[in-house]
Amino acid sequence: MRFSFDGKEITAEPGQSVGAALIAAGYRSWRTTRHGGAPRGVFCGIGVCFDCLVVVNGRPNERACLTEARPGDDVRSQEGAGRGDLTC
Amino acid sequence: MLVVGAGVVGAACAYFCAAAGLRVAVLERGGVAGGTTSGGEGNILVSDKSPSPELDLALLSVRLWGELGERFGPGAFELEHKGGVVVAQSPEAARGLAALTAEQRGLGVEAVDVSAAELAELEPNLTPEVCAGAFYPQDMQVQPMLAAAELLRAARALGATLHTGTEVLAFRKRDGGALDGGASAGAALGRVVTNRGEFAARWVVNAAGTWGGPVSELAGAPIPVLPRRGFVLVTEPLPRVIRHKVYTADYVANVASGDAGLETSVVVEGTRAGTVLIGASRERVGFDRQFSVPIVRKLAAQALGVFPFLADVALLRSYLGFRPYCPDHLPVIGADPRRPGLVHACGHEGAGIGLAAATGHLIAQQLTGATPDLDLTPFRADRFTQEVA
Repeated sequence: MRFSFDGKEITAEPGQSVGAALIAAGYRSWRTTRHGGAPRGVFCGIGVCFDCLVVVNGRPNERACLTEARPGDDVRSQEGAGRGDLTC
Repeated sequence: MLVVGAGVVGAACAYFCAAAGLRVAVLERGGVAGGTTSGGEGNILVSDKSPSPELDLALLSVRLWGELGERFGPGAFELEHKGGVVVAQSPEAARGLAALTAEQRGLGVEAVDVSAAELAELEPNLTPEVCAGAFYPQDMQVQPMLAAAELLRAARALGATLHTGTEVLAFRKRDGGALDGGASAGAALGRVVTNRGEFAARWVVNAAGTWGGPVSELAGAPIPVLPRRGFVLVTEPLPRVIRHKVYTADYVANVASGDAGLETSVVVEGTRAGTVLIGASRERVGFDRQFSVPIVRKLAAQALGVFPFLADVALLRSYLGFRPYCPDHLPVIGADPRRPGLVHACGHEGAGIGLAAATGHLIAQQLTGATPDLDLTPFRADRFTQEVA
């Protein structure tokens, strides 16, 4: 089963989380913080810390550790709040 | 003097009294800002107050919070002079709002009537479904738990002591004798019995927030402070898409209401951390902490009516708090004429964060023999018993 991450093809087991598949593929970070742009990946791994956020099929702030990978998903790394589309 | 309660009101009392030269000890059964204060939003508002003694208190408090913000430095407790925006979504609401702002201006509130076009400039993401609004530059926001902690830190630097995990169990007379019902009428307080020993003081300030009622009963001078439950929703962190404290004109009517049933009116604001807070429900259900899907759904739906873009934003969590209200919706502030030595600083309902600075300042003035900046008569503890008589 495959999904795409920033345009690259990632292989995942059925039922595997996006976060687990990314780690298995060698990625350690896929988000930058809102203040300072520091790299973040899986920290708690159980949905509490909101560190491992990704954009899934256009929807930002999805927790990679809780989101099940599905065939054809378009997963993207996230910058800051992932809401650059909103008017400030 | 002893302060019972280390929420923002108790912290403000401790700070202003220590700064006025009094020796202060703060007794808190839990941790700092763990009760009423922890369930708040951090509102410092003049905009939602109709002409009343509470508005006088709010005007004094915004001035004092501004001074505290300068004294403690930017960021100490996330004080933001962000201003409030009130939105009227029907011609009737617009007329009511315009009448309110006119009254408020007469009493010193900065209230600017704004058109729908000006609202769009103030809040670019606001719904276009608006008739008119008002802008209140004096409205502010703080992080309430940080504010309490910083005020206590400053009080301690002035010599105050803080005793957490210290619950008040009983009050005694100065000679150590018990307060036994009618036989003790008019006897002065002098000692406080806690789970960690006894404390003696000339004054005991009841700053126990929503639990101010039970504390007053222990002191043999009851005041009717009751809990009103309010939910607040927390969104995922966003960029600064909401610039002010934004609420609808019906919020003012709900704040003043005495109904027991559920009332909701939307209040939306961003925080320094990026999350957006969505309030506010009000209902009298005692100290019931159970989560309620219908209330959360209603609050979310009302928020969408003001900021449609929120439909695409996820909620991280919700929290609830108990707003301490008195039957006449005014706080109890000052020395209790029925019980010498007992002083109250509680019952601020949903405005305790905002009114904390003025409350602490006025208590310090009264206890040091200065003339308080405001007449404390409307806030007297014995006003309820007078009503009964």
